Amino acid sequence: MDLFIKFLVAAVGAGTPLLFGTVGEIISEKVGHLNLGVEGMMSIGACAGFMVGYFTDSFLLALVASFVAAALSALIYAFLTVTLMANQNVTGLTLTIFGIGLSNFIGVYMLERSPNGTLKLPERITASMRSIHIPVLSDLPVVGELLFSYTPFVYLGVAVALLMGFYLFRTRTGLNVQAIGENPASADAAGIEVSRWKYINIVLGGGICGIGGAYCSMIINGGVWISDNVGGLGWISVALVIFAAWKPQMAILGSFVFGALRILKYYMPKSVIDLPVAFYDMLPFLITALVLILSSVHESRGVNIPANLGNNYFREER
Amino acid sequence: MNQLKRILASLLAVSMLAFASGCGGSSSAPASSAPASSEAPAQSQSAEPAPAPSEVSSASPERPSDSTGSAWFGASSDPFPAIAAEDLKIGVIHITDPAEGSGYTYTHDQGIVGMQENLGLKPEQIIRKNNVNDQDASAIETAILECIEEGCQLIFATSWGYMDTCEAIAEEYPEVIISHGTGYKSNGANFNNYFGRIYQARYLTGIAAGLKTKTNKIGYVAAQNNENSEVTGGCDAFAMGVYSVNPDAEVYVKVTGSWFDPEGEKQAAEALIAEGCDVIGQHCDTPNPQLAAEEKGVWGVGYNSDMSKDAPKAVLTSTVWDWSAYYTAAVQRVISGEWNGQNYFGGMADGLVAYSPLSDLCEEGTAEAIDAAQQKIMSGEWDVFTGPIEDNQGNVVCAEGEKLDDATITGGINWYFKNVTVK
Repeated sequence: MDLFIKFLVAAVGAGTPLLFGTVGEIISEKVGHLNLGVEGMMSIGACAGFMVGYFTDSFLLALVASFVAAALSALIYAFLTVTLMANQNVTGLTLTIFGIGLSNFIGVYMLERSPNGTLKLPERITASMRSIHIPVLSDLPVVGELLFSYTPFVYLGVAVALLMGFYLFRTRTGLNVQAIGENPASADAAGIEVSRWKYINIVLGGGICGIGGAYCSMIINGGVWISDNVGGLGWISVALVIFAAWKPQMAILGSFVFGALRILKYYMPKSVIDLPVAFYDMLPFLITALVLILSSVHESRGVNIPANLGNNYFREER
Repeated sequence: MNQLKRILASLLAVSMLAFASGCGGSSSAPASSAPASSEAPAQSQSAEPAPAPSEVSSASPERPSDSTGSAWFGASSDPFPAIAAEDLKIGVIHITDPAEGSGYTYTHDQGIVGMQENLGLKPEQIIRKNNVNDQDASAIETAILECIEEGCQLIFATSWGYMDTCEAIAEEYPEVIISHGTGYKSNGANFNNYFGRIYQARYLTGIAAGLKTKTNKIGYVAAQNNENSEVTGGCDAFAMGVYSVNPDAEVYVKVTGSWFDPEGEKQAAEALIAEGCDVIGQHCDTPNPQLAAEEKGVWGVGYNSDMSKDAPKAVLTSTVWDWSAYYTAAVQRVISGEWNGQNYFGGMADGLVAYSPLSDLCEEGTAEAIDAAQQKIMSGEWDVFTGPIEDNQGNVVCAEGEKLDDATITGGINWYFKNVTVK
């Protein structure tokens, strides 16, 4: 039982970077832009957050830096695909390769100049980003551990997801934004500033991805810099968008489920079920495929895939 | 509707891509950089399967029959003419950037630097080619040929995947010596192979872990399962070290299935700690298991280089390579005109493998216990894989009075020692 609770807690931790990546990608896809650069934007956020944290010893500044740096990289994507109307897939993939490369480049550059061959975050920032401890609440049995024992990133992630859900589905702006993803020509005719909202959403989504990157470099790697620190989580986030059916609230559930599936191999007692490690590695994607199949069978029900996803909008083409 | 199908199809393709990158960790398909792997053989995981252990051992050149002899062994040619130290140029092919943290390339490059200092070579006599993807034959060829063009008479290729290209180029340039780490091919003349008995050092660090544990549960994050003899043998040696000082302690193993998986390595360590382990050993590339131990207030044993620089509050000691032992010996042979193409399989006595200085966190008596065991290994009177050895299924895998031969140690260990449980 105790181990099961630890498993759930670890699953939330493993799902958190995915949550940021997924919510960021949903925001971008809702305006019709499939951004395959999530991995790259997360890498840039990881690098910016880490380096700013390293030099300023401020958790807040590190978060801001990761958001801003990744948002700037998303701005490149937005400029190329919205203004210059470049192919979205190619641009996104390029952004991934660029982001990973830039992040590793800066990391290695700094490592070469570090006094003892390692880059480790200072003590104060490490303490402030570790799991929180609220007096009374965190000490409650079971509930304390399940609800009040996480890093600040987890609460921030859930808050961002709920906020973005509210923005997309409960505000007029959000509904307008969704209209862009469905049919930009109609949205344009209705007086919605298509390009402007595309820019805003893509950049905002990129910034959110960047915070997920900061989680990778600062929490997963325990505050020590290593290259390639996002390690494919950005790609899983892109897949997770489908699982979440383009709803930020669903992304909370989805990312924690994916997190659980990713660490299941370490918690499933071999004495109960002895399966090869590769089976567990496959599980999240098997489930994504199932969700895809189910959602295309019941197409009318609750699939929020933006109808114009992946296509650039040529205003003159009307 | 067609539009929808098209998009769903492309998203499915993306999710498949994610699948590929998710499992391999660093092998994310479009990523430009090669994964930093703990072991060169790992590199073959994405593109081609690593040869099965049996294949390795059969293809393996004959190893010295026991660990007490010289580290140099195998077929040899007439000695190559001596090259004066000041005329020597040495090429080094690295899979990642040496500056990268504590891992594989870093330790190799430290060895090159050590060799350079030992022999008083000038920095410009060493030409490094970094980030040479070992799955890209043309990149390997270009890197090696560039070294030859720049006048290198001796080239060290540090990663498993360079093997076949090295073999081909060695045939084409018989006057250039190519020395390849971790593989199994060689030609007994200008193309040799080098590796080491890291299990000896693992046994000693196991002693530190066995003495430290309070819960009698020791965790071990392993990159590969029992199909990989090096990882499994290393784990067994560690567990035997634990057993030698603490027969009641158990070693719990979790397999990440990847040589480089920052998140998985941390998660595996956390799961082990959740199951009550209070010392975490590892055979994987990142210091994340040690950092997880530090965060949770338990201890650990690092690998590759001294990880106490990453996790000073957790690391008892680390199992480390000192490649300068080989690089110095090899270059010395070239300088003195003794190079004859023999292979190299060095151990503790050669200084190739070691444990990093014990930290203050170690229990009292650790240094003495390790010293005693080290004496026996160094003097050659005893080695780790000496019978009787019983595996965790109750089979005797090495009878009393016998020793595992080197072919078995490098390619044939697929069992876990009796105090090991794979979790």
